[in-house]
Amino acid sequence: MLLLKDVKKSFVEPDGGRLPILNIDHFHLAAGEQMVLVGKSGCGKTTLLHVIAGISRPDSGMVSVNGQNIARLSEPDRDRFRAQHIGYVFQTFNLLAGFSALENVLLGMSFVAGRSDPARARALLERVGMGHRLSHKPAMLSVGEQQRVAVARALANRPKLLLADEPTANVDSFHQQQIVDLVRETCREENVSLVLVTHEPSVAEQFERVERLEDLNQALASA
Amino acid sequence: MSLWKIAWRSLRQRGLSSTLTGVSMALGVALVVAVLVISGVVNESFTRNAQGYDLIVGAKGGKLQLVLNTVYHLSTPIENIPYHYYKEFTEGKFASSVGVAIPYCLGDNYEGYRVVGTLPAMFDEFEYMQGRKYEFAEGGNFRAEAFFEAVIGSLVARKTGLKVGDRFRPTHGVVGDEGHKHDAFTVVGILEPTGTPNDRALFVNMEGFYLLDGHAKEPPAPAANAHTHSDEAPAQDSHHDEHADQYAAQGDSHSAEKGAHDDAAHHQASDAHEPIEHEEEHADHEHTGHADHVHEHVKPLPEEQKEVTAILVRTASPLAMMSLPRQINKDSIAQAVAPQREIANLFESIVGNIQWLLFALAVLIVVVAGIGIMVGIYNSMSERRREIAVMRALGAGRSTVMTVVLLESILLSLAGGVAGVLLGHGLIATLGPLIVAQTGVSIGFLQFEMNELALIPGLVVLATLAGFLPSLAAYRTDVAKALSASP
Repeated sequence: MLLLKDVKKSFVEPDGGRLPILNIDHFHLAAGEQMVLVGKSGCGKTTLLHVIAGISRPDSGMVSVNGQNIARLSEPDRDRFRAQHIGYVFQTFNLLAGFSALENVLLGMSFVAGRSDPARARALLERVGMGHRLSHKPAMLSVGEQQRVAVARALANRPKLLLADEPTANVDSFHQQQIVDLVRETCREENVSLVLVTHEPSVAEQFERVERLEDLNQALASA
Repeated sequence: MSLWKIAWRSLRQRGLSSTLTGVSMALGVALVVAVLVISGVVNESFTRNAQGYDLIVGAKGGKLQLVLNTVYHLSTPIENIPYHYYKEFTEGKFASSVGVAIPYCLGDNYEGYRVVGTLPAMFDEFEYMQGRKYEFAEGGNFRAEAFFEAVIGSLVARKTGLKVGDRFRPTHGVVGDEGHKHDAFTVVGILEPTGTPNDRALFVNMEGFYLLDGHAKEPPAPAANAHTHSDEAPAQDSHHDEHADQYAAQGDSHSAEKGAHDDAAHHQASDAHEPIEHEEEHADHEHTGHADHVHEHVKPLPEEQKEVTAILVRTASPLAMMSLPRQINKDSIAQAVAPQREIANLFESIVGNIQWLLFALAVLIVVVAGIGIMVGIYNSMSERRREIAVMRALGAGRSTVMTVVLLESILLSLAGGVAGVLLGHGLIATLGPLIVAQTGVSIGFLQFEMNELALIPGLVVLATLAGFLPSLAAYRTDVAKALSASP
């Protein structure tokens, strides 16, 4: 499902030099597999997710998602590919304030031709326990409820891969567990591969596969 | 969810800012609509003003001046032309080329409104607008044989309070009431509003007009005693005025009129060295009112003492329309002017420029409103960067987020534009009664100018330009950086 080979990514520093962020020889995730990626702050976890999602392009290497090397795609093609095959759950939920819960889920479907499916959007919100708050705006929802809507939005287009960037960082331990359970269950039901980034040991210990970015990323070793 | 809906939701998210920007656009568009509609009204009221005749013949001088004082009752008359020259149009050398020729005698006013001496045919033969004949709200046309009858325009009736049966005394001069007051005319008809300058004029029987003091041309010399009589005229005038006032005060208007006319007739007859034939047969007078009061005892002024200020001519054929002006202009006596052409020139050179200026100002306001939209959306871009990044992360391409921002600008412009059109027409409807009063052109909420159709594509173009800069900012949003930034 997901394969990274010789992926390198660096940023340009103010003095013109390049700061290596990622240098990953090999990384693989099977279809339907769920894993946790842990690492210290600033070790490149979010950058890795952006590269996998096609938001950022690696300097070199291969990023294959569902058999497609997205590193070779143009930006518009990566956008399209992301919309069709990759779901993304943000640390800060990032629901759009002017849109209701249902509209936020429908928004995720808006960028793929022919995918707008209000019935599925409702079903997903029902699934995450938000069926009774379809027309509520984010400001009217609790933190846990917002994250549930964000999970439903990420799964709206039936992605093959779900990237969750510290989805439990801003919630209490009760909601933490609820969200982890929700993400894992829905991914299982939809047969979606999951890469969940966290720095919470209590979350990480629930997954069979836990990868430390420090171990994967040669850039950190050389730094 | 369509991109339109996403754009609309985004606008609603910034409700206050969007509303204020939309209102500024609405005000600009309302002004454009008002200028367009009022321009149309002005245009119509200008072009409808010389209907029914092709030429104005008057003394040599400024063409525009001739049109202004004949059609619009503005400016001062140039000079008079001899009555016998007018006769050339009715029974002389020009008669074969002429369908209708109506004389116009100017020089007096009543409370600032022009008094025009003319023939009853003015209202029988001419239309004030294509297919629209003069009609009377009250009474009827004055009669050729009733020298002191008059018809007044609707605005004059409203402003002066003159009614059918009332008498008025014109003042010498085309403006003000400082001049010498003449004999009294009786109002026999009030015209329906026409939306032309004729609403602001009083039309009196030309023969009565000639009989007013000072309107008779000096009789041809030699006539030594004619000078004597002329010298005596002022004394007679004061005598006549006293009579008129006295009779009017007594409420016997018929007697007053009779006295005034007798006096005028005496005066004119003396000037013309003709005896007055008093026909004191009151049986001939129909006393159902002044409108029916026929002054058969008053003799018209001799032709050699008459002059006309202008002649309104309807030519007999298109060919005559081409040839007649050339023939007239060849003479040293008069000039022929095509009023429609002069009005078009006047409209283009003065009114048209003012309208363009107003239109340009209104458009400028719309452009400023468009810049307001640009500034409003652009300023919101910094706080929306994350929102745009989220859309991009969900799979929206750069061009998609750019389109959403452009659509926001277009929606805001169109919403403001629609509100502005409604507001503009509301303004026009509110001003309607005032416009009718001033121009006679009826105007309502649904008064629509074809030019308004250009507003919609115009606003879309403006909105696209206004939205371009903010949409470019959306296009350039660095997704990774915006997502990594603290919310």
